[in-house]
Amino acid sequence: MGVSTVKDPNGVLVIHVDGQLIVGNRHELKAVVQEALDRGERKILVDFSHTGYIDSSGLGALVSISKKVREQGGELRLAGLNEDLRSLFELTKLDTLFAIADTPAQALANF
Amino acid sequence: MASPLRLCVRRAPVTGPAGLLVEVSLRVPSDLGCVEETVDLVTRHCLAGEAPSSRLRFRLRVVLAEALANAIIAGNGEDPSKWVELRAELTDELVRIHVTDQGPGFDHTAIPAPIRPEDLECCSGRGLFLIRQLADEVRFNEKGNSICMTLRRR
Repeated sequence: MGVSTVKDPNGVLVIHVDGQLIVGNRHELKAVVQEALDRGERKILVDFSHTGYIDSSGLGALVSISKKVREQGGELRLAGLNEDLRSLFELTKLDTLFAIADTPAQALANF
Repeated sequence: MASPLRLCVRRAPVTGPAGLLVEVSLRVPSDLGCVEETVDLVTRHCLAGEAPSSRLRFRLRVVLAEALANAIIAGNGEDPSKWVELRAELTDELVRIHVTDQGPGFDHTAIPAPIRPEDLECCSGRGLFLIRQLADEVRFNEKGNSICMTLRRR
């Protein structure tokens, strides 16, 4: 998995997840978000447009990240999930926990 | 970083109740770094000729990854001296995967589905829940250290 970050002109930190978010690498994403929170970032978008797979540990990591962001008074949004990945969120009802947009552009609107 | 993966793949055509049956079996080290490569390898063997974007491929990858991770973490406790045995039975109609760890087993009926609103932020049990949702049939052995997942091809 590759994780890269870009700051949107409106101050949103966009985190791109390349590859797979799975049990073996989920801590990398958690560390990136923790560092961002420590730097004072409060608006975070995770872009899954180039993510092939998220396993249950990856979903668990996102739940944990969501709690941390919320505890810091921030907001987390997700975007770019393909149809299969979207179905994992729906099956596990996590689509009710996260703000999920179809595209990063849609997620950034009014963020 | 994953340790080098040493898989032994045996494809032995045998005759089962439903006709020709191909078996693929392999031993997987108790190393989470091996999960992705194992899933790739087994999916390739089980679904040769299937469209890369097929829903069956996705379902198989999910149940394989979740069963392997459960076996390595919860079953074998990531003990490098222990292995996970994986056996796939393939027919024209179905793919049946057995994943067996060397742990003491567990009571699968005691794992609740973490989908109630108040349980969503609890992180355990989601993998088994996904397996139950995406496989057509799920069975465990009596000891609870072996899961059998059946996916119908159509």
